[in-house]
Amino acid sequence: MSECSSCQGCGSAAVLEFPKAGAVNTVAVIGPPNSGKTTLFNRLTGLRQKVANFPGVTVEQHTGIAELPDGRAIQLIDLPGVYSLQPRSEDEQVAHDVLTGKRADTPKPEAVLLVLDATNLGRHLMLAAPILALGLPTLIILNMADDLRNRKGKVNVAALSAELGAPVALISARAGEGIEKVHEFLTGVMPKPSPKELPILQDVPKCRAWAGQVSGKASYRPPIPPKWTRRLDAIFLHPAIGPAVFLLVVLGVFQVIFSAGDISKKMVDHFLQLSGDWMMARIPASMLRSLWIDGVWTGVGSVIAFLPQILLLFFFIGILEDSGYLARAAMIADRTMARVGLQGKSFIPLLSAHACAVPAIMSTRTIENKRDRIATILIAPFMTCSARLPVYGLVIAAFIPNKHILGVFLSAQTVALVSLYVLGFLAAVVTARVLKSSVLKSGRTPFLLEMPSYRWPTAQSIGLRLVDRAKVFLRRAGTVILLVTVLLWIMASVPTQNGKPPQIENSVAGTVGRAIEPVIKPLGFNWKIGIGLITSLAARETIIATLGTIYGMNPETEHEGLEAAIRKDLTPGGAVALLVFFAFAMQCISTIAVVRRETGGWKWPAIQFTYMTVVAYAGAFVAAHLIH
Amino acid sequence: MQLSGNSGLTETIPATLVDLRRGDAAILDRIDLPGDDARRLMELGFLPGTRVTAGLSAPGGDPRVFQVDGSEIALRRETAKLLRVHIERIQSEPIHSKQIDSKQGKPRK
Repeated sequence: MSECSSCQGCGSAAVLEFPKAGAVNTVAVIGPPNSGKTTLFNRLTGLRQKVANFPGVTVEQHTGIAELPDGRAIQLIDLPGVYSLQPRSEDEQVAHDVLTGKRADTPKPEAVLLVLDATNLGRHLMLAAPILALGLPTLIILNMADDLRNRKGKVNVAALSAELGAPVALISARAGEGIEKVHEFLTGVMPKPSPKELPILQDVPKCRAWAGQVSGKASYRPPIPPKWTRRLDAIFLHPAIGPAVFLLVVLGVFQVIFSAGDISKKMVDHFLQLSGDWMMARIPASMLRSLWIDGVWTGVGSVIAFLPQILLLFFFIGILEDSGYLARAAMIADRTMARVGLQGKSFIPLLSAHACAVPAIMSTRTIENKRDRIATILIAPFMTCSARLPVYGLVIAAFIPNKHILGVFLSAQTVALVSLYVLGFLAAVVTARVLKSSVLKSGRTPFLLEMPSYRWPTAQSIGLRLVDRAKVFLRRAGTVILLVTVLLWIMASVPTQNGKPPQIENSVAGTVGRAIEPVIKPLGFNWKIGIGLITSLAARETIIATLGTIYGMNPETEHEGLEAAIRKDLTPGGAVALLVFFAFAMQCISTIAVVRRETGGWKWPAIQFTYMTVVAYAGAFVAAHLIH
Repeated sequence: MQLSGNSGLTETIPATLVDLRRGDAAILDRIDLPGDDARRLMELGFLPGTRVTAGLSAPGGDPRVFQVDGSEIALRRETAKLLRVHIERIQSEPIHSKQIDSKQGKPRK
């Protein structure tokens, strides 16, 4: 490393140098969309991070700590994908600002890992010129070496390195091949090629011509077109089979989530019941026992029962994203999006909003057109997010018979669940239509979507995401939901009557519930549901914990499961109204907060919350009166 | 449109990307879009002088995938009609459709 101390000025060819052992140094990972930056980032850091086989997944920079073989730790920044350093959309702006040290919240990187797709080197090398011109020590990583080899392409790494005046490594981040080269670069032991004067290229055609020349000199042979991608596209983009597969995939995913999730939910429910009774028998009767069993154990437990279902949903979404099918689905859906005045790019956030609206709203930054972006943010919370799943799951299981419609493949419960997803989607579409033809009217920006090759999803990528999601879910259950549940328990236990807890109707919570009952009575809800509606303002699934606590504290229902208790407490009309209300209402503090942040003020979240609540009330009112 | 029938093998016919059927290839001449949008297309490989091959499409023919510079990019009809091309040969080697259509029968024309 000392040999390089004289070499500060040699720009792009400098070998990475660390001032002292143990210090955290900052290294940025950059590259065109879908080149595998995040996969490499995960491989190096092991940090949880969203990766998908879909251009534009990383919208904000993420950082993680990578441990090097020599024991040092460095800070890695995963930047959004860019084709050039000319910022036009917000995620490109982020990448540009971080690299040039213009972002206050991120230290200027001391070195760069430039990740390029080795199967498309000609085009991806265009980014090398502006990155090397930054003058930071840079390792050019040709990713997807396995793909290149399998499809009979090749490249001379040494020649490319000499041509660019920067070290080059041919790796496969997915397979873990060649990672030691990246480590060599980061520990500063990789030999450096002699620096080379690179041309300064302004326009794209000149840049592409240069990239072509360089890859030619490195005797780059592009791989043959991916055979399997062509074969699969012939099916997935077939005029008739394609849409049918699309529909089958969607229905199949929900059927599995419902039937498999149902089993796991019953098991957890059963466990909660048994363990609750067991503790009830051992802990002496007291206020604390009631708080622990009725408040915390049953309340929070009934929410956690839905974790397997939510993980299954994320598992399927992960497979669809990583395999590359999602890009095809976006293409099939584009016509529908165009009809409501949105573009195919809006489809990506709208689809991920089925998992959670918060990351979906953040991912709208890839939409260049500001008005399209706000429209997408405003309709995203209508998509059925995973927090609605527990509510739907409970009410559907309690009220819709588990009757098979098409043999074993489709049950009435699945149809009900899918209808709710469709309902949310329709609300989004109608709202978009109205917005785009009035306040958010705008000219169209061209729709461009890169079709990635199909790839096998890896267990690592999917696994990291599931762990991440489970943590988020459990953290929420252990903080917000726990807090709301304990508060509710306290409100349901005061004022005491003759030193004993009151009948729940006479408690503070019951009084509040009965105070709002007149407002929700037309929807077929009683005061217990009313309390649930209030607590679910924090997060939708809190209503489950709330009802669990309320029914658990009521002597009549304390020994029944939640399902049986709610079946007695709601009319079929009220049940449908409850489903419709949850389909439309914006009960989620996190979403409100992220909308405020992304739109830069309270105006849009206030409009959105009011609008969605009005729609939810009206929808539930109509549903309650139609079913009666 | 102007593509009907009379193609000499070396004749060049002005057209836009919309006129290409699946498997047809053409050379890109000009992008009739404002600077930033055109630049974005160029970064994805749509450079004047580049060969573009039409691929599969969503049901109804819109959007359609185009193979250009080693990538596959989906474009809407409204964008594709702003990319001016000239067709060198109508019945160009349908590299792509040969593989696909052999499975389904004869190439669509």
